[in-house]
Amino acid sequence: MNNSVLVKIARTHLVERKKQSIIAALGVTFGIGTYIILMSFMTGLNGLLDGLILNRTPHIRIYNEVEASKVQPIEMSEAYKDSSFVHVVESVKPRKSQASIRNNQGIKLALQKDDRVKGVTPLVSARVFYQSGSVLLNGNLMGIDAIEQEKLFNFNQYVVGGKPEDLNNNKNGIIIGAGVAKKLRLKVGDYVPLITPNGESMRLKIVAFFQSGLAEVDNIQSYANIKTAQMAANEGPSYATDLYIKLKDIENAIPMTAEISESFGVHAVDINTANAQFETGTSIRNLISYAVSITLLIVAGFGIYNILNMLIYEKMSDIAILKAMGFSGGDVKRIFIYQALIIGIVGGAIGMLMGYGVSVLISKAPFETEALPTVKTFPVNFELAFYIGGSLFALFTTFFAGYLPARKASKIDPVEIIRGQ
Amino acid sequence: MSNILEVKDINKYFYDPVKVQILNGVNFTMKRGEFVSIQGKSGCGKSTLLYLLSTMDTNYEGEIWLNGELLTGKSANQLAKVRNEHIGFVFQFHYLLPEFSVLENVMMPALKLGIKSRSEIEHLAYEKLKMLDISEQAKKRATQISGGQKQRVAIARALINDPDIIMGDEPTGNLDSKNADLVFNIFKDLTSSLGMSMLIVTHDDDFARRTDRVITMADGKVISEGPI
Repeated sequence: MNNSVLVKIARTHLVERKKQSIIAALGVTFGIGTYIILMSFMTGLNGLLDGLILNRTPHIRIYNEVEASKVQPIEMSEAYKDSSFVHVVESVKPRKSQASIRNNQGIKLALQKDDRVKGVTPLVSARVFYQSGSVLLNGNLMGIDAIEQEKLFNFNQYVVGGKPEDLNNNKNGIIIGAGVAKKLRLKVGDYVPLITPNGESMRLKIVAFFQSGLAEVDNIQSYANIKTAQMAANEGPSYATDLYIKLKDIENAIPMTAEISESFGVHAVDINTANAQFETGTSIRNLISYAVSITLLIVAGFGIYNILNMLIYEKMSDIAILKAMGFSGGDVKRIFIYQALIIGIVGGAIGMLMGYGVSVLISKAPFETEALPTVKTFPVNFELAFYIGGSLFALFTTFFAGYLPARKASKIDPVEIIRGQ
Repeated sequence: MSNILEVKDINKYFYDPVKVQILNGVNFTMKRGEFVSIQGKSGCGKSTLLYLLSTMDTNYEGEIWLNGELLTGKSANQLAKVRNEHIGFVFQFHYLLPEFSVLENVMMPALKLGIKSRSEIEHLAYEKLKMLDISEQAKKRATQISGGQKQRVAIARALINDPDIIMGDEPTGNLDSKNADLVFNIFKDLTSSLGMSMLIVTHDDDFARRTDRVITMADGKVISEGPI
C-alpha cells in the first residue's frame, strides 16, 4: 500500500534530474543493445560457420585407405617368431586392394536400421581429365545421389546456376567445379568432354556449377550421377568409394566411429577428428562476445552506482525528513533501489529495441562471399533467449548498482542531519 | 487528565571525542492538551532531549512513555511507525521536499501510513492547508513559497495524521517577528481548539512566556518547571 508512495518519490527524483537519469539509462541501453547485437550477430555468424562444417561434412565417413599390411608375412613365420629375432624387411609395399568399400550396400542397410543414424549415402570417386582441345586438366568426378546429398549435407548451398536434383534424372549431367568452368570458359548447358584413366571419353552436359569457395577444390571437383561416375571408374553398379553418414546427434560420432570400424572392418573417421580446430573457434568467438557485453553492462552498473551515490549526498536532508515523518530505513532503501530499477527497466527496454533494430539492419545488409554462393545478407540469429537474458542481466546489474547506495541511504542518521544544519 | 508524555530518569552521553554527559537525570511529564516549551542556553541539552523524545535518537538511559506506551527499547521500524502515526514535527528549517508540490508535501506522511485512500488524504491535506490559510498555494512547488508559508506547510504536514503530540525544534527560529507571531498563534489555536499537545524547544523568551508551562534546562538538568 505505501509502496506506491515510495515509487512516486523514486520517480519524482528521476524526473527532476532528467539529464542524469537519461545518462544513467543510456549506459544500460548501450550495454543491453550491444549485448543483443553482438550475440545475435556472433551466433548468427557462428551458426553459419558451423553450418559450413557441421552440415556439409559427414559426421562419419567410411572409406578405404591404401596401407601396408598390418601383419607382414615374416612375422607369421614360425621359424622367426621368437622375440630374439629382429625383423628387418626393406621396401615393404602396400598391398593392392580394391578401392571400393567391400559390401557397401550391406553396411548401408545395416546403418540405416540404427536409430542414431539420420542417413547414409554412398559416393563414387573417379579420376578424370577435363578436355578442352589438346589441353587436359586433372580432375575428380564424384558420383552422388544428389537428393540425398542435399537432404543430409545441404549440397544445394554450393550449387549455382541450376538445381542439384537435375543430376538424378540425367546420366549425362555434370555439376562442374566453378574453377574448371572458368578455366575452360564453360557455361551451363555446354558439353564438356572427359577422359577416363582407361582412355575412354565421355561427354557430359553442364547442369550447374559447384562453388565451395576453396580454389583447390573448385579447380578439380565435379559432381555427377553415381552411375556416371561408376562408368568413369570403369566399375560395376556396386562400386562405392565412400559412405557418408549423418547422425541425429553429433555427440555420438566418436563412439560410433569406433563401433563401425570394428564391426564392419572398414576405415571410418569422425567429424571431430577431421575438423578439430573448428570447435575451438566457435567457443572463443562466444567467449569474446560474452566478455565484451558483460563488461559494457558492468560499466553501465558503475554509472548507475555513481549517479545514485551523488543523488544520496544531495538528498541527505530529504532522507532525514522522510525518516522523521516515519519512513523506515527499509522504505528509504527501497526508494533508491526503485530508482536503480526504473533506470534499468527503461534503459533496458530501449536497449532491446535498439538491439533489435540494429540486428534487423545488419540482417538486411548485403554480405556476399565466394564461399557461400547462396548467402546474400549477413546472418543474424534472432533468438528470444538473448532478449530474456539481456533483460535479466540488466535488472541484476542495476539492482546491485542501486543496492549499495540505497543501503547507505537507509543508514543515514536523521538527527545528525537535522541538527547539523 | 492523562499524561501524554512521561520522561523518567533520562541520562545521555556523547562519546566523541571523550565521554561527556549531556543529560543528567531528566524527569518530567506532560498532560494531554498542554502547550509546553523547553528553554535554556545553547548546549544545555534541550535539543538533544527533544530528539530523544522524537524517537529518532535511541541511545540513552531511562524511559520514555508516549500516551501510556513505553517507547524505550522498541525496534527502529516500530519507532518509525510511532513517529508516523503519533508524532508531528516542525523544525527550524522547513524541510519540505523540494520536488513536490505543497499539497503533496502535506500528504506524504498520510500516504506512508496508508490507511485512507488517496482522494481522502488529498481532501484532508487541503483542509489542513485551508485551516492554516495557505490553501491557495497548494499546487505550487515547495520551493516557490516564502519562508513563513513554508513553516505553515510544515505544520500542516505535522497535523495530517492527527498525531498525539507535536514537537518543534526552534520552529520560529528562522522567521521574522511577524511570521513567528503567526506560527505561535497557530500553535496556541491548535491546543485550545483541537486539544493538541505541543512540546516546543525554543530560545525565544517571548515565545516561551506565552506557553502554558516552561521547562527550563541548564547543564543537562531541568532546573525549573512552570510558568516564568
